[in-house]
Amino acid sequence: MGKIERISGPLVVANGMLGAKMYDVVKVGDKGLVGEIIQLRKEKAVIQVYEDTTGLRPGEQVVSTDAPLSVELGPGILGNIYDGIQRPLEVLKAKSGSFIARGITADAIDRGKKWKFNAEPKIKNGATVGQGEIIGYVQETEFIKHYIMVPAGVEGKITGLKSGTFRLDDIIAKVDKAGKTHELTLSQRRSVRRANPYKRKFRAEEPLITGQRIIDMLFPVAKGGTAAAPGPFGSGKTVIQHQLAKWSDADIIVYVGCGERGNEMTEVLTEFPELKDPKTNRPLIERTILIANTSNMPVAAREASVYTGITIAEYFRDMGYSVAILADSTSRWAEAMREISARLEEMPGEEGYPAYLPKRLAEYYERSGKVEALSEKIGSVTIVGAVSPPGGDLSEPVSQGTLRVVKTFWALDFNLASSRHFPSINWLTSYSLYLDDLEPWYLQNYGEEFVANRREAMKILQKEAELKDIVQLVGAEALPDEERLVLEIGRMIREDFLRQSAYDELDAYTSLKKQAFMIAIMLYFRKRAHDAVVGGVGADRISKLKVREQISRMKEIKEGEIEQAQKRIKSEIDSEFDSLIDEYKEAVDKEKVVA
Amino acid sequence: MKFEVEYNTIENVAGPLVVVGKIGNAKYNEIVKIKLRSGEERLGQVLDTSDTNAVVQVFGPTDGINIGDTSVSFLGETFMIGVSEDMLGRVFDGQGRPRDGGAAIAYEQRKDINGEPMNPASRSYPSDFIETGVSSIDGLDTLVRGQKLPIFSASGLPHNQLVAQITRQANVKNSSESFAVIFAGIGITYDDYSYFETEFRKTGALKRAVAFINLADDPSIERIITPRLALTTAEFLAYEKGMHVLVILDDMTNYAEALRELSSAREEVPGRRGYPGYMYTDLASIYERAGIIKGKKGSITQLNIVTMPSDDVTHPIPDLTGYITEGQIFLSRELVNKGIYPPVQPIGSLSRLMGGGIGAGKTREDHRGVADQLYGSYAKAQDAKNLSAIVGVEALSDTDKQYLRFGEEFENKFLKQGFYERRTIEETLDLGWTLLSALPKADLTRIKKEFVDKYYKGK
Repeated sequence: MGKIERISGPLVVANGMLGAKMYDVVKVGDKGLVGEIIQLRKEKAVIQVYEDTTGLRPGEQVVSTDAPLSVELGPGILGNIYDGIQRPLEVLKAKSGSFIARGITADAIDRGKKWKFNAEPKIKNGATVGQGEIIGYVQETEFIKHYIMVPAGVEGKITGLKSGTFRLDDIIAKVDKAGKTHELTLSQRRSVRRANPYKRKFRAEEPLITGQRIIDMLFPVAKGGTAAAPGPFGSGKTVIQHQLAKWSDADIIVYVGCGERGNEMTEVLTEFPELKDPKTNRPLIERTILIANTSNMPVAAREASVYTGITIAEYFRDMGYSVAILADSTSRWAEAMREISARLEEMPGEEGYPAYLPKRLAEYYERSGKVEALSEKIGSVTIVGAVSPPGGDLSEPVSQGTLRVVKTFWALDFNLASSRHFPSINWLTSYSLYLDDLEPWYLQNYGEEFVANRREAMKILQKEAELKDIVQLVGAEALPDEERLVLEIGRMIREDFLRQSAYDELDAYTSLKKQAFMIAIMLYFRKRAHDAVVGGVGADRISKLKVREQISRMKEIKEGEIEQAQKRIKSEIDSEFDSLIDEYKEAVDKEKVVA
Repeated sequence: MKFEVEYNTIENVAGPLVVVGKIGNAKYNEIVKIKLRSGEERLGQVLDTSDTNAVVQVFGPTDGINIGDTSVSFLGETFMIGVSEDMLGRVFDGQGRPRDGGAAIAYEQRKDINGEPMNPASRSYPSDFIETGVSSIDGLDTLVRGQKLPIFSASGLPHNQLVAQITRQANVKNSSESFAVIFAGIGITYDDYSYFETEFRKTGALKRAVAFINLADDPSIERIITPRLALTTAEFLAYEKGMHVLVILDDMTNYAEALRELSSAREEVPGRRGYPGYMYTDLASIYERAGIIKGKKGSITQLNIVTMPSDDVTHPIPDLTGYITEGQIFLSRELVNKGIYPPVQPIGSLSRLMGGGIGAGKTREDHRGVADQLYGSYAKAQDAKNLSAIVGVEALSDTDKQYLRFGEEFENKFLKQGFYERRTIEETLDLGWTLLSALPKADLTRIKKEFVDKYYKGK
């Protein structure tokens, strides 16, 4: 036990701490505020405190818990909202009212609730179990079997394993090794700062389907992959993160609101119980865990929130689920590091950030991946991070450190956002390095046309951008008809395919099947238009065709009506072009007659 | 009886900071009273405390403080303000003392001005539309109750007029609930202050207003507490008295500069442009105090004025503000030069909470579509304008000419409006349709077909 010597913001120096270990959690002061040791200097320990330190005074006691910062994992964790150090906010609300008082503690998971535990029949008592091995499960929600695993570091002969109804802390089995007995319960604790071990990692081979057209079609992220969305304020980072949380086809979503707005978390909390997962038709909240450390909550806990989130994500991955963790915003996490670092008077690196920033970012993203877990199940963690570069300038350290490690980059564009083109992902500067790895999957599931259409669409968009530079100088009238057609189709893809409203019930989610249909129709229109122009029909006639409005309203077509719509629009395209060509031929013939 | 120990152990005085020695147990953030030889008293706050000394930031000038016989007593609590409903109609200085010559307030409660972070699970999602009567705001970037929406302005732009107009006109549809306005003048000039006072007096808002005024020549360190006094009072009126409170913080740029001054006095490692690395967190501790609490009647809405130094939105103050607030209203010098009031530039302006406050039953079913379409078409009009600057209007296509006209009409009829002109949301949306109806019907693809069919007035 030590005593406080100095307090400066979230940092406390305590004396008499000999024997305390780096990164041990400590209770600071008479209120017992939660903190973590981040530096040791002889008998002194420097502690970052996860709560507001107002009112602390030198001389108050500091007690080490002798354990690193960890999270509790077990049935009952789904659907919860936690702060950065896994305190359940609903429970805190019941305890301290609408504002978060200091020094309150609460169990992360309800201890009173009884769960029906089904022991794994293959494991006989007396057999040897290894770390990470699945010994049974609890049906936590209709779709999620919560597997109970032997904690890391524990192995030996198992006894007393049986099915039954248990509370979180009840002993469900014992594991013996060399006379040392380890009692297993439904829950386990994991230290947050270190990745949980696994057997092996795989290369990405399946996309995370998000229902967002520009992402799924042009810049997909793989299950087990990484993506970053940097952009200035107002470019829609949060909306994209929300959309992914709602519609991606992961089994479990961990959403970390790291130093962001309180109302955004409230929005998730209000919406998710109402919205249905398109895959299971169950309320989204049942597959979601929220970590909310908003911008006005203590800065040190913000630093921890990202680790709390990824540790929970890994836990579900180990059960064989595909997990997506969305962190909004990783810049706030980095800033929290900077703030603590400055108070430690460390020598600053770039822009005041600590020199270890890039390493921390890389470590975090490296915890993604599709793996064979110790449980022998195959699961994945996909990491998507929002980045908030000051002034939207990507040359700053957090953006750069992130872009070096992530493989999908969604460049959010201020100009698109301000003309209300959402999602404001710039199609010229964004990239996905997963396209090659994922191609076999697309070929197998959606065929060659899909892959070819994607390439074609991308080519048109690039060509359109080149042409637009010219148009800026000479006007569109000066271009030949074929190039004006490229402008027309480019505009069609941008406006009617890439632009997608998060607020429209029907438009918010588009299945890959509908996406494929939409792009195929647009390219079919282009084919017919191209042939017509080559045949001599003017581009301005084509831009006046009535079927264009139908194409631009394909978004409004219901998922169940795709086949019919496809036939209808296609035949309409055919008939309008046929008559256009007929008209043209007639006109040409007339001219001939006149001549 | 309260026992106060006085220390005469000041060791250093530098800028707004005083180091008090031989004190081993000052509480972090506690308030101290500094008594000068002349008998004058000033307040300060502990910023750093250790078992040997305490660093104190003085709210006010440090002239007259000396080493030897200036005494310091530690009050054992953080900065508190006594709040009561009687504060309505009163004017206080930047530290919460009456400056209107009236009596001190008999308070109902004393509250810590730093507040506590609101539990995100206790918030109620803002969704009540506030009709400001200003088309560019109501129609395109709707304000809702419980939102924090800054006005990104710059020197010489009429942000004061716009705020005064909103304050005069704002109401929530079908609502007669009690409201209050809290005005925090942070480092503003006397002129700006008296403008608001006169405006509020004219409209009768003064009776429902509380003002905290730190003028440009008042101590800058006081600016750290002025907005917090305003927000603590607002929280009392909103959550204890059930009022809908509009808080106006004018000007947050002065606040941030005071923060920088303090940081540099503390010799901290500076972040961008000398502002401290924790400025984001600090600004959030102010902005995040807007909102609505589940189960409570009142609400706090913030309209903050941020003047962008040299019109630069990437400057750290507007930049960090934009990352915290729920949107922003941009004022444009170009529109001012065209004689357009209010000069709200839609491109760049945004209201993040708009979605929850609009639509059928709240404003009108077509609101989202009309707003998106006006944005899209205005952006297209801007493209046409840029093109015409290069190739000349004559060389534009017919469509481009159509959009060019649309852009002008939009600025002159939709954006432009009188200082005393109050448009209902129906009038605003109808006006939008009048403008859109000059464009080809097939171009209005951002609006649902059924609404185009219902509201489109053109051929």
